[in-house]
Amino acid sequence: MNLQTEIAGVVYKNPVMTASGTFGSGMEYSEFVDLNKLGAVVTKGVANVPWPGNPTPRVAEVYGGMLNAIGLQNPGIDVFMERDIPFLKQYDTGIIVNVCGKSVEDYVEVVERLGEEPAVSMLEINVSCPNVKEGAIAFGQKADALYNITNTLKKHAKQPIMMKLSPNVTDITEMARAAEAGGADALSLINTITGMKIDIHRRKFVLANKTGGMSGPAIKPIAVRMVYQTAQAVKLPIVGMGGIATAEDAIEFILAGASAVSVGAMNFINPYCTEEILKGIEDYMRMYRVENLKDLVGAVHE
Amino acid sequence: MKQKVVGQVISQKEIAPMIFDMWIDTTLAGEAQPGQFICVYPKDKSTLLPRPISICEVREDRKALRIVYRVAGAGTKEFSAYQAGESIAVMGPLGNGFPVKAGEAKKAFLIGGGIGVPPMLELAKQLERVGCQVQSVMGYRNQDTFLKQDLEQYGPVYVASEDGSAGTRGNVMDAIRENALEADVIFACGPLPMLRAIKTYAEEKKIPAYISLEERMACGVGACLGCVAKTKNVDVHSHVHNARICTDGPVFLAEEVEI
Repeated sequence: MNLQTEIAGVVYKNPVMTASGTFGSGMEYSEFVDLNKLGAVVTKGVANVPWPGNPTPRVAEVYGGMLNAIGLQNPGIDVFMERDIPFLKQYDTGIIVNVCGKSVEDYVEVVERLGEEPAVSMLEINVSCPNVKEGAIAFGQKADALYNITNTLKKHAKQPIMMKLSPNVTDITEMARAAEAGGADALSLINTITGMKIDIHRRKFVLANKTGGMSGPAIKPIAVRMVYQTAQAVKLPIVGMGGIATAEDAIEFILAGASAVSVGAMNFINPYCTEEILKGIEDYMRMYRVENLKDLVGAVHE
Repeated sequence: MKQKVVGQVISQKEIAPMIFDMWIDTTLAGEAQPGQFICVYPKDKSTLLPRPISICEVREDRKALRIVYRVAGAGTKEFSAYQAGESIAVMGPLGNGFPVKAGEAKKAFLIGGGIGVPPMLELAKQLERVGCQVQSVMGYRNQDTFLKQDLEQYGPVYVASEDGSAGTRGNVMDAIRENALEADVIFACGPLPMLRAIKTYAEEKKIPAYISLEERMACGVGACLGCVAKTKNVDVHSHVHNARICTDGPVFLAEEVEI
């Protein structure tokens, strides 16, 4: 049985990855999960300088999921290169680094620094975080802005670039096509869906940021639909995510057209879930006598 | 080592209105320290996130943990209905806990406010064991002075109540003044206004105050950066003025955090 998957020329040993922002740089979850078993660790977003993030409360529970407004707190690229990358290099897993910035120049700086590190196999470009005032989603909600940043970063990047798309748009295929036209090597989707929660007893917003990104099992049907639509619209490989909690969920994304999947909020609920999902995918392939994972990608039919 | 395991409820009772006292048979008790917490997972899949709950007591054989918690929402409401024998998913032990070192302090204040009282019990037990004189100062809303008798095993307990129905009318600082108490170290857990008053008091008295903070959490293990406290200096892990309450705390030296 071959679980390998190829994304923009990079081979990952299996399709199970971690969604950016939910897994740090793997350190915290390495107490629970054997990182060697994962297809890749996708790191928390990193900027050119340290970011303090948003005030608290930053997280809230909602029915079947959660809201977060962390605001991309990160230690900056210098610390990341000195501490996080060497940590991940101890493991036999793919390293995909999520890159964020307030301006195009910020992104370029981080992309160029990461170009010095051959262990980083791919860059995921965060143009979809809904919780910061500058940058991120500002580049991901208008097709021309997304085209421009993709085009610029492609010129500076040594590794393939994967644009992480926001679901907070009218037509995600328009964004996918803009990223493809700009030279993206891959797409990942979906980032969180902007939401809000109000504490009716205090008559206040639960999150200090008022709004936050919704994730968790409740958003999965939206994410599967968007992955399917995107897979129909562009030729780029897709890493699918949004509410994956079980192997069955992951297989839905793969059948909809994802070459790999990322597990996010579920890590908070079951820290062992990535390994369990991988095992469940193997069981499914065994049950249906699927020899190559690749044969499942986009295999849904009418 | 942190683990997520399935434990079993040994017993549960309501010890004050909406305050529940549960003993759990779990391997997490093996290494649990006072001031650490566990994450408890609801079974209802609409309420997915773990509930961080402080460790109140560790059984002598280190095979069971006691938690005392307030029913505050859907998750804790679910837990409160558990009967003896029910399975319960827990992760831990989490966080740093209170420092307990022999000879470090001669006379300590253990200050708890409301649902900040429970973590003081295991701490009182451990401090007494290393020869520290324990003085508990506990703040309650009214005469429902839960855990007061448990704490009395380890030293005098001074009570403050908001409505004056038990001990000193007012808050824990009023009780300290009224009883003319002194100490050379403070350990505290409770609402922010209480912790702020303690921070100021400790600065005036020039004594260390270890305070346990709480914040809404998601992962509980330091990955999501949901629960952070503002720090005076740049934090060694985050490289900004934020420390993770779940991992770098929940116990901080009062002088090191902006509250």
